[in-house]
Amino acid sequence: MIDFLAHEKGDLVGVATVDIKSGQLAKGVYMDSQEPVEVKAVEDIPLGHKIALSDMKVGGTVLKYGTDIGKVVAPIRKGEHVHIHNLKTKRW
Amino acid sequence: MNINEFLGYRRENGRVGVRNHVIILPLDDLSNAASEAVANNIKGTMAIPHPYGRLQFGADLDLHFSTLIGTGSNPNVAAVVVVGIEDEWTNLVVKGIAKTGKPVVGFGIEKHGQHNTIMRASKAAQEYVQWSSEMQREVCKIHELWVSTKCGESDTTSGLASNPTAGNAFDKLYAKGCTLVFGETTEITGGEHIVAARCRNKKVRDGFMSMFDRYQDVINRHKTSDLSDSQPTKGNIAGGLTTIEEKALGNIQKIGKKCVVDGILDKAEAPTGPGLWFMDSSSAAAEMVTLVAAAGYVVHFFPTGQGNVIGNPIIPVIKLSANPNTVRTMVEHIDVDVSGLLQNEYSLDKAGDMLLEMLMRTANGRNTCAEALGHREFVLTRLYESA
Repeated sequence: MIDFLAHEKGDLVGVATVDIKSGQLAKGVYMDSQEPVEVKAVEDIPLGHKIALSDMKVGGTVLKYGTDIGKVVAPIRKGEHVHIHNLKTKRW
Repeated sequence: MNINEFLGYRRENGRVGVRNHVIILPLDDLSNAASEAVANNIKGTMAIPHPYGRLQFGADLDLHFSTLIGTGSNPNVAAVVVVGIEDEWTNLVVKGIAKTGKPVVGFGIEKHGQHNTIMRASKAAQEYVQWSSEMQREVCKIHELWVSTKCGESDTTSGLASNPTAGNAFDKLYAKGCTLVFGETTEITGGEHIVAARCRNKKVRDGFMSMFDRYQDVINRHKTSDLSDSQPTKGNIAGGLTTIEEKALGNIQKIGKKCVVDGILDKAEAPTGPGLWFMDSSSAAAEMVTLVAAAGYVVHFFPTGQGNVIGNPIIPVIKLSANPNTVRTMVEHIDVDVSGLLQNEYSLDKAGDMLLEMLMRTANGRNTCAEALGHREFVLTRLYESA
């Protein structure tokens, strides 16, 4: 069972492909290399939502697809849910 | 799988369609009632009602005409009856469609009244539908197929799987010499540098960037505090997408890894040759699909995450999804289930082939989910207020 997928190595978030439970050791795969990666979830992550693959500081840039998808607006710990409460667009 | 040939309808101008519609096309909002009455009278015809066509002017009026003329000219349409409130603009649409060589006739309501108009238009519609019902499909080459793509109610599974599936299929169709299109100008925000890098040459790149920048100006002029209230949409956010950049990077997976952006198109503008085209267009699903149908595209790939249910009156919209919840709860809307990609059950290459197989079946005549469910969303893009 794959719990999450990350687009490429270096991405700071993965996407849950099942509902991940808090405390679970989530098993993921980097899609470009098919390399496995594991993260302990510290919150529930619903299917389709993002899980942090490392700690991130406020003001930092979140990478997905190897590309900037926005700025960190609240501190993020590895294994946390990344969404509108801690990630914001840099546009508009 | 043979994707080299399909069975289509060859039209008078040489273009190939995959459907054989006889449409009753209102010029304006006032002509919807008569058009719908004609379609109700004559079985096998279809009215395409819409809310516009009065007191538009300038570029907005030009787009109204080019969208109606393009819709009637689409090779999925065998013949057209145009109904308008008055003769002059009605005839303008008739003349535009007549350039294709297909049967088309127009009727004005003024000086005749609704009953008389319905009677006259019904007689023409009956002739057309009986004539078109004897047409036969013939073997056509894959490069004669024009395919469009746009996604909707996207979520993160769109960027992971269903959009890359459409992209994989586009790469394969591009290699066969098909005519392809993508668009959604605002939903490229955050990935515009990637599309720019894929453009054939500087001329195409400059054209693309000027369309992109123009749309950003529109947004900056009209936005309230932040466009985040509508981009990403509430559905996108529920599905896990957080920012426009993330949505855009998922969106542009639909152009695959090998296609080159060969040219740019204005709204509803027909391409002049094969290859991948970018159309400056809204990201609202029905508006965009209406515009590419008016440009002459005959089949559409529509990846969805949370489950957009859109269809189009004249072109089959093939829906694919990789969200395991959506393919289970909205099964009647999804033509191709690629949710296995999320568990690595098969490769992206295999998913692309699954979509191409559905493309060939659809081109050969299989009704899509949207067609079976009667989804005929026809939405005209407006550029500004009426006079």
